[in-house]
Order: sequence, then C-alpha cells, then structure tokens
Amino acid sequence: MMAEKRIDTPTGTETVGHEWDGIEELDTPMPRWWVWTFIACVIFAIGYVVVYPAIPMVKKATDGTFGWSSRGQLAAEMQAEDGRRAPMLAALSRIPIERLPEDSDLMQQAVAGGRAAFQVNCVQCHGSGAAGSGGYPNLNDDDWLWGGDLKAIEYTLVHGIRHPGDDATRTSMMPAFDGILSPAEVQQVAGHVLSLTGKAAPNPAGAALFDTNCASCHGLDGKGDRAFGAPNLADAIWLYGSSQQQITRQILAPRHGVMPAWQGRLDPVTIKMLAAYVHSLGGGEDFVEVAEDPAVQVDEQP
Amino acid sequence: MNNPDIDGHKDAGIDWTRPSDSQPHTQPPVKPQKFFEKRKSVHPQRIDGPFRRFKWLVMLVTLGIYYVTPWLRWDRGPYAPDQAVLVDLAHRRFYMFGIEIWPHEFYFVAGLLIMAGIGLFLVTSAVGRAWCGYSCPQTVWTDVFQHIDRFVDGDRNARMRLDKAPWGPSKIARRALKWTIYLVVSFWTGGAWIMYFADAPTLTVQFWSGTAAPVAYITVAILTATTFALGGFMREQVCIYMCPWPRIQTAMLDEKSLLVTYKDWRGEPRGSVKKSAKNPEEFGDCIDCNQCVAVCPTGIDIREGPQIGCITCALCIDACDRVMKEVGRPRGLIDYATLEDCTREAAGETPRPVWKTLMRPRTLIYFSIWAAIGLSLMFALGTRSHTDLTVAADRNPPFMLMSDGSPRNAFTLKLRNMQSRPRQMEVSLSGLPGGVVWNDRMPRGDAARSMTLTVAADSTQALRTYVLAPPGTASQDFAFVLKSLDAEGESARSETRFSAPGE
Repeated sequence: MMAEKRIDTPTGTETVGHEWDGIEELDTPMPRWWVWTFIACVIFAIGYVVVYPAIPMVKKATDGTFGWSSRGQLAAEMQAEDGRRAPMLAALSRIPIERLPEDSDLMQQAVAGGRAAFQVNCVQCHGSGAAGSGGYPNLNDDDWLWGGDLKAIEYTLVHGIRHPGDDATRTSMMPAFDGILSPAEVQQVAGHVLSLTGKAAPNPAGAALFDTNCASCHGLDGKGDRAFGAPNLADAIWLYGSSQQQITRQILAPRHGVMPAWQGRLDPVTIKMLAAYVHSLGGGEDFVEVAEDPAVQVDEQP
Repeated sequence: MNNPDIDGHKDAGIDWTRPSDSQPHTQPPVKPQKFFEKRKSVHPQRIDGPFRRFKWLVMLVTLGIYYVTPWLRWDRGPYAPDQAVLVDLAHRRFYMFGIEIWPHEFYFVAGLLIMAGIGLFLVTSAVGRAWCGYSCPQTVWTDVFQHIDRFVDGDRNARMRLDKAPWGPSKIARRALKWTIYLVVSFWTGGAWIMYFADAPTLTVQFWSGTAAPVAYITVAILTATTFALGGFMREQVCIYMCPWPRIQTAMLDEKSLLVTYKDWRGEPRGSVKKSAKNPEEFGDCIDCNQCVAVCPTGIDIREGPQIGCITCALCIDACDRVMKEVGRPRGLIDYATLEDCTREAAGETPRPVWKTLMRPRTLIYFSIWAAIGLSLMFALGTRSHTDLTVAADRNPPFMLMSDGSPRNAFTLKLRNMQSRPRQMEVSLSGLPGGVVWNDRMPRGDAARSMTLTVAADSTQALRTYVLAPPGTASQDFAFVLKSLDAEGESARSETRFSAPGE
C-alpha cells in the first residue's frame, strides 16, 4: 500500500493514493458551497464572540458589546409584563374592595391573580384546594369565624388573626375551663354542645352551665358571635373536631390558631386579589346585604 | 504493483485494466465522464388546438379560484367574520361559506384530504396523469411563466437565439423585464395566499402600511421566492426530479389507463413528406417534423414511449393533429389511448369505446369510496350538534360540608355554542334528588334544579358551578343536562359523580 496519487479517468478526480485490493478512494474536494458555509460560520462565530457573552473569565464571562444577558432579558420581559398589568393593578388599587363585584372583568382578574398568590402564600396551611385541615379553616364553606364578605376577608388578611405585633389583629381568647368547671360539668357542657346539632339528647344541666359560662361569647343558642370570633357551635363545621372527646378537650384547654398579618409582606393589591379569590371559592357572603342591616354589621373589628 | 489484472477477467472478454494504467503514454487522455447532466432549457413553441384551449380554461378557473376566493364575502352576522373562506388560525376556526369548522371537528378536514387523495387515485386510474397535465399548481404556474417568456422574448426560436446570444444591453434589458414580471406574478401569488388567513381587505391595508404581522411578510417572502424559483426557473425539473407523485402514478397506471401515446405502428418508420411521396409503402405517417417535441413543456420526445417526464398535457396531440391535417393524413397519430387499445389497434382490431375505459371496476371502486366518504362527511356535517357540554369535577377538595351539614361539590362546566349568535341555554341536574345548582355568576340564593344563562356567540364558556345536596346525601352518579332554549332545542348530557362524606 503506497501513496501513489493519480487522476481517475472516469471522474477526472485525483485519488488519495491508497489502494486495497484494487479499490481506491477518490480525493473528491469538499463541495464549494460547504466550504463557503464553513467559512461563513467561522466569521459569524467571531462576530458572535465579540457581541455576546462568550469567553469564560474568572468570575463571569465576557460581557459582549451588545450587553445582553439572560437575566437582563428576563428582567426586561418581566418589566414588559408588569407594564401590561399596570392598568389592571392601578384600577384594583383604586377601587374599594366592597365595590369590586360591580366590575366583573376586574373581579375575574383579581380572582385569577388571587389564585396565583394563594398557591404561593396560603396553601401551606389552608391546602391547595383551600379546604384547610384540622385546626386550619376550610375557606370553601359558608361558615366564617370573622366574617365572609370581601371587606371582612380583606381585613383578616391585612391584620391576621392573633398576630403578635399588629394592634389591629383579630383577637379572641377562650378561657381554659380546666379547674373552673369540674370534669363532670365539662362533660355536661360538651353534651349540650352536641345536642345543639342533634348529635346528643337535650341536656338541661349542660344547658344551664352553657348559659352561665359560654353564652356570653357563643350566644344562648350557641350560634357564636363574629365580633369575638366565637365559633358557631350549632352548625356542621368543626375546626377542632366534633366528637365528645374533642369538644371536651377544647373546653379544658382551648387551642387558638394564628394567622399572620400579610400587611407589609404582600402589597395591598395582592391582598385585595387574595380576598377576592377566597370570597370566590363558593362561601363568600354579600357585603351589601350585611351592611344594610346595622344589627348584623359585625365584621368591623373593634 | 497491485495490478488488478486477473486472467479470468481477460478471458471473459472484459478489459479490467484502467486505460490510464495500461496505456499511459500511447493514448490521449480520455475526457472525464460527467455524472451530472446539466439542464437543457425548454422553450416550448406556441400551439393552438382543443387541448390547449382546455388548458387555458383550466388555468383561468384554477387561478381565478385561487386569487378571487379570499375576496368573496359571506354574511354570518355580527359575531363572526364575513369572509367566505377563512382559515382563522388565531381563533382556531375554519370558515368555508356556510360551514364553520372547530378544532375538535378537524376530521372534516382530514376527510376532505382523504377525498382529495382518493380523487387523485380515481382521476389517475381513469384518465392517467390529468392532474399533472392540467391542474397541478406547478403545471399552471409554469404555463403562466412560459407565456411570460413568449410575451417578452418571442416564440421558441427567438428564445433559443436569445438564450445563446452573449450578454449585451438588449439581452440584459429583456431579462430584467422578464424577471421583473416573474417577480410581480410571484409576489401576487404569495400575497394571495395570506389572504386566506385573515380578513383580506384589512390585511391588504395592513400589509401596505407596514402594520401586518411579521408572519405575513415572511410568508409572502417565502412564497414569492418559491414561486419565482419553481415557476420561473426549475419548471419541469420539479416534475421530473422533485415531485413524488409521478413515481406513485407510475405504480398506479395500468394497461387500461388513458395516456398520451404515440402510435408507433402507424408512424414508423418516419419519413419526410417528400420521401414518403416517393415510396408510400416504405414510410409511416410520422413525417419527423419534431413539432411534438417543440411544443412539449417538459422537453421530452413522446415518440420514445410513455415516460416519467410526460405530464400528459396533450399539447403534442394538438401539434401533431395540426400537422396531420396539413399533410392530409388522419388525426390521432399522437392521441390519448390506453396501452391495451394500442395493442388492439396495432393488431388491426377496433379499439374499445372510451366509456368502457372509464367504467371499469377499478375506477368504479375508487369512485364509490370517494363518494361514500363525501356523503358521510355531508351527513355528519348536516347532523352535527352546535352545542356541547363537558364537566370537570373539582378534585381538591372533592366535596365539602356547608354549615348546615349539606355536602357541596364544585364543577367546572364548559358550555359550547358553535352558532354565531348568543344563545340562551339551560343547565339542569338529572338525578341527585334534592340537589340544587348555581354558579359563581349568580347569587347562591337563586340555586335551583336548573339555571339559565346566555352563552356568548361562537365560543366555549367555562363556568364554575356548585351543586348542593341535602344533608346525608350519599355519593352517587348524576348528570348535567344542557339544553338550548331556542328553535334548535339542541341538548347535551354529561355524566359525572357527586361526592359526599362516608365513602
């Protein structure tokens, strides 16, 4: 096998000069278009290296004369998106929340924005479906400890519940009856509470104890009072359980949930959108109806 | 060294030695053989005749349909565009006169494409490559460009002369004029295409004022370039080298397909009029005038027999018939004929009538399939519902208890209104005793067994819906029923499940 180049007759092309059992290889040159494309790519690459970040240095790559960066592009896109949302956000910040339902377009946008904010900030306690869990309220239902109209929900979001450091936070405290009532009396009160929803037989002794000790907050009929965040004991919703044992436990050593105040953590518009979303989950109450009846105007925290 | 000469090969009478090796000094170097055949320009001559006139008609009709269709109007009321044929990609709608197709009905388009495919089979088995010869866009536009050639440069001989002439002011001027006309036609072709995808008058204004979408300009640029290249320069090479259809067709043609055929038993041996006048017995009808070659838009010689380059445009029939008339011989030396008939004719038998060629089992089967698909599409179109309902139940939470202990489920309903007018619809519950329904756009107090709402024209509306059942209701199946409260009274039903505690 020796290098003996020659011109191949049928094609007129030079061979590479190698031969294996009579088989030779033509040294066909690269197609001209391929060579030019290759050269064009090299020239393009040189320009690319100059104008775009390309050469890695110690801390970061060279900047490039265009000053482009992926973070910069993201920032520009986010800014453009903010610009698009600005009119909606401005409108939301202007409108008082109780008038939001009048503008159904704005309401829908608020609900959509609130859904996104909820998935980031609220699902940790209330769950992604806002159904809550033991000790964390279900936001889908029509039972509200502190009021379920848009304004009341917004207030709860702004100031939180039992949030230390916020003077306007919603606060209530049920005393522990351990030691105030005897164990037998506690059982009687629990029995009365169960009888309110028909889960136990009427219990006159328990009712008398309830009237003395509990009715000041929960009401004589046990329907609670939103002014104190006192739960309605005559409905089917039980934050800490509905068995005699669970109710007994709550009487002896009540638990008090804490919700952070979102004022300062979230901007007012986001809080407004969250309120709209929670209100839209199906249990939201109508603000106007509540406001029409001064006697029921209980959602203003004193 | 390594001389591949092997005795056995020499015995077989084949010289395997390389010429340059064996006789390096005694023979002049052999001219290298080219593996690439350069295109020979085709300059078809002007011809008139029945087939040419038919081609004019087809060209007029096809180009007319292509350029005019987007400008036809069709009143669909205030909620839908008034363009007769519109592919509205942005809104996922396809309008064709009185028909409106939604994405979920794409099978109508698929059906049309299948019909087009079987239609090609049908046409091919009946009349050969008629599609190629008359109505293929490549054929039509090539024809247009060849007429531009003729208009600018003159007929065949003038064009051949100009082709060979050196570049000078006159040739440059003519080429500039010709290619400018090419460009205008190409641009018009590309411009007409985008009109199918947006409101034509609006888009035209936008296009010229520079406010149309970039995709419009890009599409026009691409189609202008392809029309310019394919119609202006590549022409018959597209048919011969690029298009798959001729290959498929060669497999579909049989001895009963109508083809443009040179009847060699009648024409051969060829001889000029003078020669055959001297020896009439010695020569056939073909006077070897080459008119059939001169008029051919793909530059082939039909007398070499059926070939892939023949698009069966029948212009050679026109040319030959005219020559035969001039020399006083019967027409049809080149004619549409089946291979079977050629054999019969050559043997002196009478050819079968054309209707027998057309009405054979194969064409009839193709036709029945084609017609069956068409009829079922029309049936489906006529009986389709313009209303639909889909239900997605909330999974998180699947149910929840209201304060009075009644379980509530949430659903997302999708109500479809395919009519281009707002419609009153009623959604009611079927099953689930005691259950009531309401949605997030109405007060809960209005919850009832059914709710009435207006679904916007030509849209699918998502509706968050709540269903409440009396306390103690167990999990069970039920259905939402949608009914349009108008003359159509269309309805749709969607089965779903009500979840409740205790399961």
